[in-house]
Amino acid sequence: MADFPAVKLHVVSGKGGTGKTTIAAGLALALAAGGRQVLLTEVEARQGIAQLFDTPPLPYEERRVAVARGGGEVYALAIDPEQALLEYLEQFYNLRRAGSMLKKLGAIDFATTIAPGLRDVLLTGKVMEAATRERRGGGRIYDAVVLDAPPTGRIAKFLNVNTEVAALTRMGPVTKQANSVMNLLRSVKTAVHLVTVLEEMPVQETADGIEELIATDLRPGAVIVNMVRDPLIPEDRIGDTAAGSVDTDDIARGLKAAGVEGDATTVAALAGEMTDHARRVLLERQELETLTALDRPTYQIPYIGDAAELSGLQEIADRLQAAGMI
Amino acid sequence: MTTPSPAALDVDTLLRDAKIIVCCGAGGVGKTTTAAALAVRAAEQGRSVCVLTIDPARRLAQSMGLTELDNTPRAVSGIDTAAGGRLDAMMLDMKRTFDDIVLAHADEARAKAILANPFYVSLSSSFAGTQEYMAMEKLGQLKATGTWDLIVVDTPPSRSALDFLDAPQRLGRFLDGRMIRLLTAPARAGGRAYLKVFTVGVKMFTDVLNRMLGAQALKDLSLFVTSLETMFGGFRERADQTYKLLKERGTSFVVVAVPERDALREAAYFVERLETEQMPLAGMVLNRMHTSAAAALSVERAVAAAETLDAAGEEPFAAAALRVHADRLTAALRDSRRASQFHAAHPRVRIVEVAAQATDVHDLEGLRAIGADLAANPADAA
Repeated sequence: MADFPAVKLHVVSGKGGTGKTTIAAGLALALAAGGRQVLLTEVEARQGIAQLFDTPPLPYEERRVAVARGGGEVYALAIDPEQALLEYLEQFYNLRRAGSMLKKLGAIDFATTIAPGLRDVLLTGKVMEAATRERRGGGRIYDAVVLDAPPTGRIAKFLNVNTEVAALTRMGPVTKQANSVMNLLRSVKTAVHLVTVLEEMPVQETADGIEELIATDLRPGAVIVNMVRDPLIPEDRIGDTAAGSVDTDDIARGLKAAGVEGDATTVAALAGEMTDHARRVLLERQELETLTALDRPTYQIPYIGDAAELSGLQEIADRLQAAGMI
Repeated sequence: MTTPSPAALDVDTLLRDAKIIVCCGAGGVGKTTTAAALAVRAAEQGRSVCVLTIDPARRLAQSMGLTELDNTPRAVSGIDTAAGGRLDAMMLDMKRTFDDIVLAHADEARAKAILANPFYVSLSSSFAGTQEYMAMEKLGQLKATGTWDLIVVDTPPSRSALDFLDAPQRLGRFLDGRMIRLLTAPARAGGRAYLKVFTVGVKMFTDVLNRMLGAQALKDLSLFVTSLETMFGGFRERADQTYKLLKERGTSFVVVAVPERDALREAAYFVERLETEQMPLAGMVLNRMHTSAAAALSVERAVAAAETLDAAGEEPFAAAALRVHADRLTAALRDSRRASQFHAAHPRVRIVEVAAQATDVHDLEGLRAIGADLAANPADAA
């Protein structure tokens, strides 16, 4: 049984360095399993998806980047605000021709860079367009859309930008558009998942992020704990070792038994590393408790090394499925 | 474990000579902590320092006494002032900084109208992008007071953190373009007159805006831009000044990164961007470098030894220690490989490494330790 059956738009956020792009890609693969069509989008002009799937930089065009188990497909799109604006003008006002004219006037520049909020409106608008396509023309229909979103510290504001805009414009088509984006983002069809690692700052930001999402009427989805490692130290030795009392004789004896030469310096160094490790383990447990107290569906993804290759993404997808997220 | 090399960043010299240090880098790389550690060290070495942070983690902020957001630098207590230095710290209040600009550039009635305009309220408090501009604006203000020998500034955690470099050009394009006249025309001429002045394309543009935004919002926007118009010149001037300030002798950019692929890719982007703009790049701080004091015991031997002990069912604690060591040395080797790769691709960038800390830093003691590490452990990037 999947935890998010009704969700069509999965927004994935996380503090920098927590691996949110990798998790977003793994989630897209999991969603595509069994023959479904999934779109993975990014909005920060980082080309993170292309790097992950080892393809050339993505143009403003939906490109297939992976085939999932059972024949599903993952498409990717790097959303560019300028292109999104031109497309929007064409779709709704039949004004693509006006593009170069608007550019000359500085209107495109104004809309995408100088008027800062508009940029986020264009980005979220495009995501909504992809997530709500219907038969009858209008491009590929997706079963799910995954958004590799801005980081946790900015996510509520990013998603809520359309509320701001609707309040400013009050009526007219932009208001209508902004309201329909907000309706989708606030509906059961959207969930905002937060990726974290077991360190103090990312965990704190996750807690703050959930609070901010709720305060802006958005729906926090899952908490995905990335890069989890099992402790290497025997359970009953964690407390003492963390407190700094490591029996160096234990280590010296062990090295000898294994036939490794280890002078006092090596033994002391190993003891120090063991203390660091034990402290880390305790710290991680404490952070996990904090996350558990947030009372969101929480999934743990083991550390898969640094090779974020397709096999690694598939492993993440399998884990998310096995944990019941998808 | 490393030795000084010509490519190492000499932090103490930087702290002695610089007037402004701008720390930039991706989110989550310890940028704020690095900025704070640099500021604490410079202050304790006798300089009068102000550190401007954007969005510090709560406990780090508390450690520097940053409990209220009042947009004014406050003295940090607990700093060793024996060398004659001092440290003030402040958190950026973006809206307040923006308000101050408005108040400085417009007469009272106009300022009041601007501050109450719904477009202004949104622009100044919630939209992404404003933060970057305001951080640089605040830097300019602090610098202009002449109060401090050194100002250390943290930048927002986004790629757009360098957007402020574009600000003068962008504002120039905007002001010299017709866009501004278009936006202000409806308020000025009440509709009909401006249609005669401009071309068909312009009419189309205002039509589009009208259709998209609705007449009322267009009027609001137009009023907003009109009321700000007199200030735009001032904006541009300030942006130009800040840009010059950043290029001046005495300003140094420090790119902060961690030895992870994504963070290093972002760092490369920052480095290249700064080079393109001919901004003074002092070097890169590479945080969270794994180290091992027992590098002589190789990963392979440690793993093999752990397996021998496991197979014999002996010494589980020592076996664990060997595995912990193997993991840690693997990480250390990987980190230093990544650092060398970065160095190979950017040979002119001076690098200083900071060892991974066992726990997060949130007190002055921790900041001092990082400062010492920054100054004493030049990277062996040769």
